[in-house]
Amino acid sequence: MDIKFQEVEYRYAAGTPFERLAITDVTFHVPSGEYVALIGHTGSGKSTVLQHLNVLLKPLQGEIEIGSRTIAAGRKEKNLKEIRRRVGIVFQFPEHQLFEETVEKDICFGPMNFGMSEEEARQRAREAVRLVGLPPSVLERSPFDLSGGQMRRVAIAGVLAMKPDVLVLDEPTAGLDPRGRREVMELFASLKKENGLTCVLVTHSMEDAARYADRIVVMHKGRVAKRGTPRDLFHDRASLTALGLDVPETVRMQRLFEEKLGQPLRQLCLTPEELAQEIARLQGERS
Amino acid sequence: MKDSIISIDDVSFQYPDQTAFALQHVSLHVQRGEWLAIVGHNGSGKSTLAKMLNGLHYPKEGTVTISGLALSEENVWAIREKLGMVFQNPDNQFVGTTVQDDVAFGLENNGVEQKEMKERVQEALEKVGMTAFLNQEPHHLSGGQKQRVAIASVIALRPDIILLDEATSMLDPAGRDEVMNTIRSIKDEEGLTVISITHDLEEAAKADRVVVLNQGSVYTEGSPQAIFQLDQELLTLGLDVPFPVRMSQLLADEGLILSQRHFTEEELVKDVWTLNFKK
Ligand SMILES: Nc1ncnc2c1ncn2[C@@H]1O[C@H](COP(=O)(O)OP(=O)(O)OP(=O)(O)O)[C@@H](O)[C@H]1O
Ligand SMILES: Nc1ncnc2c1ncn2[C@@H]1O[C@H](COP(=O)(O)OP(=O)(O)OP(=O)(O)O)[C@@H](O)[C@H]1O
Ligand SMILES: [Mg+2]
Ligand SMILES: [Mg+2]
Repeated sequence: MDIKFQEVEYRYAAGTPFERLAITDVTFHVPSGEYVALIGHTGSGKSTVLQHLNVLLKPLQGEIEIGSRTIAAGRKEKNLKEIRRRVGIVFQFPEHQLFEETVEKDICFGPMNFGMSEEEARQRAREAVRLVGLPPSVLERSPFDLSGGQMRRVAIAGVLAMKPDVLVLDEPTAGLDPRGRREVMELFASLKKENGLTCVLVTHSMEDAARYADRIVVMHKGRVAKRGTPRDLFHDRASLTALGLDVPETVRMQRLFEEKLGQPLRQLCLTPEELAQEIARLQGERS
Repeated sequence: MKDSIISIDDVSFQYPDQTAFALQHVSLHVQRGEWLAIVGHNGSGKSTLAKMLNGLHYPKEGTVTISGLALSEENVWAIREKLGMVFQNPDNQFVGTTVQDDVAFGLENNGVEQKEMKERVQEALEKVGMTAFLNQEPHHLSGGQKQRVAIASVIALRPDIILLDEATSMLDPAGRDEVMNTIRSIKDEEGLTVISITHDLEEAAKADRVVVLNQGSVYTEGSPQAIFQLDQELLTLGLDVPFPVRMSQLLADEGLILSQRHFTEEELVKDVWTLNFKK
C-alpha cells in the first residue's frame, strides 16, 4: 500500500494552554512494498508521525494518502476499520496495546474484530507466537504477568496475526534480547520480501536502518531534516552528527580502515558481512 | 564478603500460581562503588531480581542484605532510601502530574526542605537535559523523554545504589552515552554503586563486572573481556558478541589473518592492516 505524507502538521492539546507543536511540514513517500526507516533524536516526532498511519492521530494541517484513502486536516473521518485492518502498528510501549486476560485472547482480538472465526483466529495466534519465539504455553498466561521482552513479543504477535499489508513498527526491538532482536528483524524483512509487505520502522539502531531500509527519513525537531537511501545518508557523517545521530559501526570501521589504506573503498559498506568481503577482496587483489 | 554493599545468598523465587521458579539459588555480591551489568535472555529473571532488591518481592528461600539491612517488610523503606530503581517501563513509576512534581515527589517524601528540593529537582533535570519540560505531564512525553525523567527522579534522591532496568532502551545512541556518562560521573565523584540491567552489549562492555543470568540462575560472571571470550556460547544464551568481535570472526572467515579476536575497532583495524596489507 502506497503512503504519502503531504505537509502534515500535528499539535498535542491543540487550542489549550498546553498546546505543543509535535510535527510540522512533514512530507515523505513510502512506495508500496518498500521498507522505510524513520530515525531521529528523542522527541523529534517519530512516534507522532507513526500514529497518523492508522489514524490514531489526525493531521491538523496537510493530508495523508494511505492506499486509496485520503485523510485530510479539518474533516471528519468515518469508516476507519479498513485502514486499521490493513495497517498494523506495534507501539513503542507494548503495555499500551495489551489488554485481554490471556495472551491467546489478546492476539485473537484483532482478527476476530475484523470478522474472522474464533477457530481460525486461534490457529493464527498459535502460529504468531511461534514466529516471535515464544512457547505455545504462553497462550494461556496473562499478558501482564510476562517479562518486558515477552510482552514485546506478544504485542508483535498480535499485529502479525492480523496479516496486515503495512507493518508500522515503533522501536519494535527495544527490550528484546540480542538474539530476539535479530530474529524479529529478520522476520519483518522476510515478510517484506516474500509477501510484499510495506514496512515503516522507527529505530535508534543505525545498524538496523542500514541493513534493512530501502530509504531513510531523518526527523529533527518535528521536521523532516533529510531523506535518502542508507548509502547516501551514511556517507556524510558530519551532517548526521549535527543532528545528534551517527553512522553505523560498520561505517565507522570502514573509515578507520580507509585511513590506513590512504584511499576510499569502492563503496560504502552497510553491513559487517559486506565490509569483511570488501576487505578480503582488496587483500586478494593486492597479493 | 567484607565490602559487599549488596549480598544475595542462595535466593529462590516463584510467582504465585506459576510452576516454574523465576529465580533459582541465585547468589551474588555487589561491591561498594562497583558498576555491575546484568545481562540475560528475555525471561531470565533480571527484573524479578531487580524488584526483589527494591522490596517488591521477597525471596521464597535465601537472604538478601542491602547496606547492612536484611530485606524485610520492616526495612523496606529504609532500603528504598539507599537503593533507587529505574523501572523497565517508566510509565509504571510516574506519580506526579508534572515533570517537576514527579522528580520532587521522592524528595518531599524523604523530608527534604523546599529550597533544597527545588535546587535538586532543577539539577537532576539539567543532568538529563529535560529542563524544557518542567510543567509537562510525564505520561505525555515521548518514549525517550519519559526515560530521561525517570532517571532524573532517581538521581535527585542521591541514593547509595542506583539500579537501572533497561533504563535507556529508548534513547538514541548519543542520548544513551550522554545519560550513562552522567551516571558514571556521579559514580566517580560520590562513590555511587550502579547495577545496570541491559541488552546493550556495548554498554555491558563498559561495566566493571558482568553477570549473565540464564533461566533464573547465574550462568557465569566476570570481567567484560572474560564474558565476551565466551563467544559462540553467548549466542546459545540468547546474547551476542560485540561488534569488533563479530567483525573479527567475519574477517577470519574470509581468510584474513588476525593475531586474536579484538574488542575495539582500532585494534582490529591495526591488526588487519599489519598482518594482511603491510608489505
Ligand atoms: N501525548 C502527548 N501530549 C503532549 N505532547 C506530547 C505527547 N506525546 C508526545 N508529545 C511531545 O511531542 C514531541 C514529539 O514526540 P514523539 O513521541 O513523536 O517523539 P519521538 O521522536 O517518538 O521520540 P522518542 O524517540 O523519544 O520516542 C515531543 O516533544 C513530546 O514531548
Ligand atoms: N507478575 C508475574 N507473574 C508471573 N510470572 C511472571 C511475572 N513477571 C514475570 N514472570 C515470569 O518470570 C520469569 C522472569 O521474568 P523477568 O521479568 O524477571 O525476566 P527478565 O529477565 O527481566 O526479562 P526481559 O529481558 O524480557 O525483561 C519469566 O518467565 C516471566 O514470564
Ligand atoms: Mg517515540
Ligand atoms: Mg525485565
